[in-house]
Amino acid sequence: MYDVVVIGGGPAGMAAAIKAKELGLNVLLLDENDYLGGILPQCIHPGFGIHYFREELTGPEFAHRLKERLKELRVKVKGNARVLSIENYSDLEKVVTFVSPEGIFDVRTKTIIYAAGARERHAFEIGIVGDRVAGIYTAGEAQTLMDIYGIMPGKEIVIVGSGDVGLIMARRFALEGARVKAVIELMPYPGGLARNIMILRDFNIPLYLSHKVVEVRGRGRVKRVKVVKVDENLRETGEEFWISCDTLIISAGLIPNVKLLKEVGVEIDPATGGPVVNDRLETSVPGIFVAGNALVINDLVDYVAEQGELAAEGAKEFVENEGIGTKRWIRLKRGQNVRLLAPHYLSGERDVWIYARVSKPMENVAVEFPEIGKRIRLPVVKPAEMLRIRLRKKEIARAKGAITMEVVPL
Amino acid sequence: MKKLRIAIIGAGITGASIARVLSRYENLEVHLIDKNPDVGWGVSKANTAIIHGGYDDDPDKYPVRARLCVRGNRLWHQWVKELEIPHVWNGALVVALKEEDFDELEKLLERGRRNGVPEMRIVEGEELFRLEPGLTKEALGALWVPIVGQIGPISAVIAIAENAVANGVKTHLETEVTGIRVERGEVKGVETNEGFIKADIVINAAGLYADEIARMVGVDYFEIHPRKGEYWIFDEGIPGPRRVLFPTPTPISKGIVVTTEISGHLMIGPNAQDLPAEEKDNLATTREGLEEVWEGAKKLWPNLPPRDKVIRTFTGLRPEPTGGDFIIKAEEVWGFINVAGIRSPGLTSAPAIAYEVVEIIRRDLGIELVEKKKWNPYRRDITHFFALPREKANEFIKRNPAYGRIVCRCNKVSEGDVLEAIERMKFLAIKTPSVDSVKFRTKATTGTCQGSFCRPRIIQILAREYGVEPWQVTLKGKGSEIGIGDVKVLLRREA
Ligand SMILES: Cc1cc2nc3c(=O)[nH]c(=O)nc-3n(C[C@H](O)[C@H](O)[C@H](O)COP(=O)(O)OP(=O)(O)OC[C@H]3O[C@@H](n4cnc5c(N)ncnc54)[C@H](O)[C@@H]3O)c2cc1C
Repeated sequence: MYDVVVIGGGPAGMAAAIKAKELGLNVLLLDENDYLGGILPQCIHPGFGIHYFREELTGPEFAHRLKERLKELRVKVKGNARVLSIENYSDLEKVVTFVSPEGIFDVRTKTIIYAAGARERHAFEIGIVGDRVAGIYTAGEAQTLMDIYGIMPGKEIVIVGSGDVGLIMARRFALEGARVKAVIELMPYPGGLARNIMILRDFNIPLYLSHKVVEVRGRGRVKRVKVVKVDENLRETGEEFWISCDTLIISAGLIPNVKLLKEVGVEIDPATGGPVVNDRLETSVPGIFVAGNALVINDLVDYVAEQGELAAEGAKEFVENEGIGTKRWIRLKRGQNVRLLAPHYLSGERDVWIYARVSKPMENVAVEFPEIGKRIRLPVVKPAEMLRIRLRKKEIARAKGAITMEVVPL
Repeated sequence: MKKLRIAIIGAGITGASIARVLSRYENLEVHLIDKNPDVGWGVSKANTAIIHGGYDDDPDKYPVRARLCVRGNRLWHQWVKELEIPHVWNGALVVALKEEDFDELEKLLERGRRNGVPEMRIVEGEELFRLEPGLTKEALGALWVPIVGQIGPISAVIAIAENAVANGVKTHLETEVTGIRVERGEVKGVETNEGFIKADIVINAAGLYADEIARMVGVDYFEIHPRKGEYWIFDEGIPGPRRVLFPTPTPISKGIVVTTEISGHLMIGPNAQDLPAEEKDNLATTREGLEEVWEGAKKLWPNLPPRDKVIRTFTGLRPEPTGGDFIIKAEEVWGFINVAGIRSPGLTSAPAIAYEVVEIIRRDLGIELVEKKKWNPYRRDITHFFALPREKANEFIKRNPAYGRIVCRCNKVSEGDVLEAIERMKFLAIKTPSVDSVKFRTKATTGTCQGSFCRPRIIQILAREYGVEPWQVTLKGKGSEIGIGDVKVLLRREA
């Protein structure tokens, strides 16, 4: 029986497996691909690892470092292994069933670290109508086509969504000689990190804020898309125009991939789309931990890796004590201008990192936890940038009941 | 024995069914022709997929539809077994929301009896909600039609075509009929973009285009116009009805249906919007149409999910003929048989239509048909990894490790499934590799993520097996290529 089976070999899963092994646990890492790294190998741009490795790396480089470490530690890794189901035999014993080219196998384990990442929202989900033609890709799919398989999808590109992924794809297309005709953003402000918004200026790409793509027309292939302007309540104003293009890239956000967790009955937080967790990143099913984008959509790989390590520490405690020994959990609640947060329950036995996102951008704000009298000033907050805030053990100890997190103007 | 050559124009459910039934005869050489790259990509691709009960076609107004629907329903019970077509016999409820609706239900009941539909009755109260617990509480009663079922329509066309080819039918895909040669009042064959195909009998099963084909031999007493219907399909795990739910019908449509389609997804639709005859390829979904469907469905099924739980919206075009009834007959030009205006319930009626055509060949053309000593009625379904019990799955993997490599995560489709699909595509002589051909055979790309993970891998496998460059693989045939070249093509200024 394993101490921990890690599901998913992206940065969260690799970091979790490494840490678990370093902590002396008996680990198995499973991934459905025949390579490790999750989406990192397709992210050939820099911007990875500034916090984690204190160096700016590309996605493949970041993945490489973790892979080397896995090798050094002789962590058992199984590729081409698609997990079909998780079964919760008892609190102390779980069965993971996976299929691989060698057959279908069951492995028994005390804990699971689930790090299966996220999926992208597609065109239908965001209400685009019209013809179902070639040339409509999610950003990740286009990235895979270009950077893993060497295929150029098209030459006149419209991108939906100004988040980091959309902006990075805008640059990627421009660098390969395509004409990026527009980036269309529903919200009145751009969705990406400031450093990525520079891309638009560098490559002279128009950004339409408060606009959305509503329709695609074409025969075999995309020919043009219809764009409409929206007001501050995101209602359509009636002002509309067409852009001719042969490719439409959808970069409209990610959704944690939690199907297997739902099947074992893990409680899901509708705000994050990921599971409800405590400060050990343990879900509502004891011994199942989560990390990375399966927990909450992160914008930096460094946080993802950090969550992997945290989950591994949780697994270690669980294995040693046959469970997480905490007696009392303090609920962390969302207050004003906090769209989502994790973890949801704090033990007060240790310092924790809170990962949160605001609903709307604001300047000169305070992040407040009124019940414990904690306040942090920030010059700006943006939905695109995850807030990462440390709560100290002694601060949490001041709480009588739940703690609220809110972001208020100064 | 001199063989009679038969050209069937159109490899939809109708043409394929005719080909299968005709493949039974020793003295026929059957050619199945379609302009699309694969079978079933016309009207048969996008519809409600229901095997209707046969109660709503008025035998006075639409005698052919009324007769063939019930017979088709009965035949499907046999065909789905012989051909291993995915199906469910879950019955339908035609729901009354107002007192007046009962008059219409009584009419349907009476009509159904005349058409020979067994086991129908009106249910009310507790019994109604026992049959369908999630139905709107506003429902007053319903006509209960147990013989209604659902099939995978495209799976059905593929299965039928595979069986037909196994029995000697020859397919001609990407072959568009551009003219029909007639000499001294008899057909001699069809002109196509791929050359002339000789034929003694030409069967027009061209769906939306059947009027254009008929005009090629001078038959112009009918016209086909498209009637658009739009649909929503929702993500798995969203509770849908156990039965097929219809509203009480109106004169132009059976109304917006709420159902759990064959692979377990909640589906709602269609509305009905008449388009001009020139818009036979207008398959665009529209916001107004989808809105109408939403409002309609809500009346029967108030518990609709949030709209972003949609995984796909799509459109179908019904081929509406002048007069409204199916046109199935031998025309003046000897050897030319029209099977036109096959609107709903054409899917249901298709097997019965095929036997009708045999009758016409025998009776009206006076041709004696000789049965083959060995005709194979069976066809084995493609392997679906997701449906295999564990020991079976392990056997498959041992035989071929590709069955242990999952390509589509959402629907658990293995590389082995995909390879088998490609083998079967080649068996039907499909020339252009397309993701949709794999999709319709395996269900890959139809899950929650709509293919963003698995499409690139399917493209690779198709490219390898068809020996083409990956960017030349298409989504749905020529003109829908996945890419424009390798990733450096624009920098080299070649594209
Ligand atoms: C919205 C909607 C809902 C429906 N719901 C149901 C239902 O629930 N139950 C039911 O029983 N029926 C239903 N129907 C009806 C059913 O789908 C049709 O009756 C049936 O699919 C018609 O099949 P077909 O083979 O006649 O036509 P098609 O499937 O269109 O086949 C005709 C083929 O001919 C080919 N062709 C045309 N012109 C040429 C040419 N010149 N050269 C070569 N090839 C050519 C086309 O490419 C096409 O593949 C529905 C239809 C629609 C649109």
